[in-house]
Amino acid sequence: MLRFFLSRLALIIPTFIGVSIISFAFIRLLPGDPIMLLAGERGMSAERYAQLSAEMGFDRPLVAQYFDYLMGILQGDLGTSIVTRRPVLDEFFTLFPATIELALCAIVLATALGIPLGVLAAVKRGTWIDQTVMGTALVGYSMPIFWWGLLLIILFSGTLGWTPVSGRISLLYFFPPVTGFMLIDSLLSGQDGAFLSALSHLILPTIVLATIPLAVIARQTRSAMLEVLGEDYVRTARSKGLSPRRVIGLHALRNAMIPVVTTIGLQVGVLLAGAILTETIFSWPGIGKWMVDSVFRRDYAVVQGGLLLIAIIIMFVNLLVDMLYGLINPRIRH
Amino acid sequence: MSHIEAEKSAIDERTEAGVPETAAKPRSGLSEFWYYFSQNKGAVIGLVIFLIIVAIAVFAPLLAPHAPTIQNRDALLIPPMWEEGGRSAYILGTDPVGRDVLSRLMYGARFSLFIGVVVVILSVSSGVLLGLVAGFFRGWIDTVIMRVMDVILAFPSLLLALVLVAILGPGLTNAMIAIALVLQPHFVRLTRASVLAESEREYVTSARVVGASRLRLMFVTILPNCLAPLIVQATLSFSNAILDAAALGFLGMGAQPPTPEWGTMLAEAREFILRAWWVVTFPGLAILITVLAINLMGDGLRDALDPKLKRS
Repeated sequence: MLRFFLSRLALIIPTFIGVSIISFAFIRLLPGDPIMLLAGERGMSAERYAQLSAEMGFDRPLVAQYFDYLMGILQGDLGTSIVTRRPVLDEFFTLFPATIELALCAIVLATALGIPLGVLAAVKRGTWIDQTVMGTALVGYSMPIFWWGLLLIILFSGTLGWTPVSGRISLLYFFPPVTGFMLIDSLLSGQDGAFLSALSHLILPTIVLATIPLAVIARQTRSAMLEVLGEDYVRTARSKGLSPRRVIGLHALRNAMIPVVTTIGLQVGVLLAGAILTETIFSWPGIGKWMVDSVFRRDYAVVQGGLLLIAIIIMFVNLLVDMLYGLINPRIRH
Repeated sequence: MSHIEAEKSAIDERTEAGVPETAAKPRSGLSEFWYYFSQNKGAVIGLVIFLIIVAIAVFAPLLAPHAPTIQNRDALLIPPMWEEGGRSAYILGTDPVGRDVLSRLMYGARFSLFIGVVVVILSVSSGVLLGLVAGFFRGWIDTVIMRVMDVILAFPSLLLALVLVAILGPGLTNAMIAIALVLQPHFVRLTRASVLAESEREYVTSARVVGASRLRLMFVTILPNCLAPLIVQATLSFSNAILDAAALGFLGMGAQPPTPEWGTMLAEAREFILRAWWVVTFPGLAILITVLAINLMGDGLRDALDPKLKRS
């Protein structure tokens, strides 16, 4: 078991190096000179240019620059935002809870609806229930979520006026962040209505972000269930006279969950990509919007650092899923 | 000779030898494919919708009632014809600068299909080539290729595409290159896995013993037998490419205005969402219908091409 874990851990080291090379190369691949980019439209004198170049290490060989960069990363130094003058890592940790809060709510919604719907479709295979669930799942899977978000805004915020259009909480409320999670912080603040306000801001972005994972989980659960329902041990359980609910819940679902858990884990990348669009539509102050804004503001230090941090998160979640998979499915270890 | 061909010639020999035909005549590859594909009603519906979209794209200049970029100052934000204030000249209404939404959507179909085709060609050709090399030669070259693919897959696809476009500069061509690069690892992995599985088969060993060259082994012997999963993946990538390109267009990093690309149209219409629902609704609906049709076809292709699911 330990060997399995260590071999998986060893596999991500080359990926980490690759990811760091890409984020290192990013600034150097941009059209134009990185130092002139810093200067913007003002331009700068030759002396100032040489001074900045030396300060930032651009006058040294590329390999030396890369190792400096790598050492910086390992010490938590990801550079400084050109716009806000704050360290990239600080900005990341300020905004990250907003993204986690949204992503967690989305994955909980997607799992809580996707698994029962997938099971239902599998058990009622071929009936109109199956066709409706799978048809809806395919629509969800094909959904351009940025448009889906706009439609929900038109309906629920515009026409019905039920939900706010953007942000995490109404401007009426102000309290210092404790956990960074607005739902928890609003409860802790003790202000009347703060929690409801935070919740109402969260509903639409959660639905939008959950749409594709929900569809994927429902489809995956259905096919995993169908496979398991045809197995001998399920037939044995049935022939023993167990109730259908027991057969499905206890014998089939538990085994069908193995591939589904992997699918849920792999949705993290989908969620972070979805966060880029969802956060932009709903002006949600998380890392997705931060990345898009930084690309537009040409704040390349942030783009570089954010790219690296997001890739590292995805790598570690994938590693975790891999290990979890090894734990629940001993066959994979060998 | 691939094992499919071997099977076929064996069947031919039997019929030539005068074996009485008890069952129906064996179907040819294409009609067998169509038989399984047409079993899936959704796939056939998807195919029909897709063909209609292709026809609209091809004949857009004939079908569109207006030119896609002509601005009409007398007709700003006209609602669709069935709404109050709508005009029959503008069936789906006009956008904030008075361009006909329907005509723009029709021309937009050209861009979306073009994006899909180019991205799939780019990512399939490079991905299959790398996958073949990795799976066939193994060793260090395999390790290098696969680790590079792991690195690409470590980034969320849209984020990587966004950053690549930031490097290359916004625009449709660069968006297509970025999306192709992001989608390509799936083809590499799939090809490599199929090649590894097929290389162990006897028909490959026999071809090798007979003295087939490496290139022949790779492209003539092995590749045709790895095609089924690749075709299914290519269909999925086609719809993903359309979605990603529209998302980049929506973020302002894809096709640039006044190009009637659906995602770009949505981006231009965004500030009017609460005043003019039609400028937002129809471009997104066009994306959804196209992507849905392709995904429906993809499900049908998987049923038809995956031998494991076939009921014999």
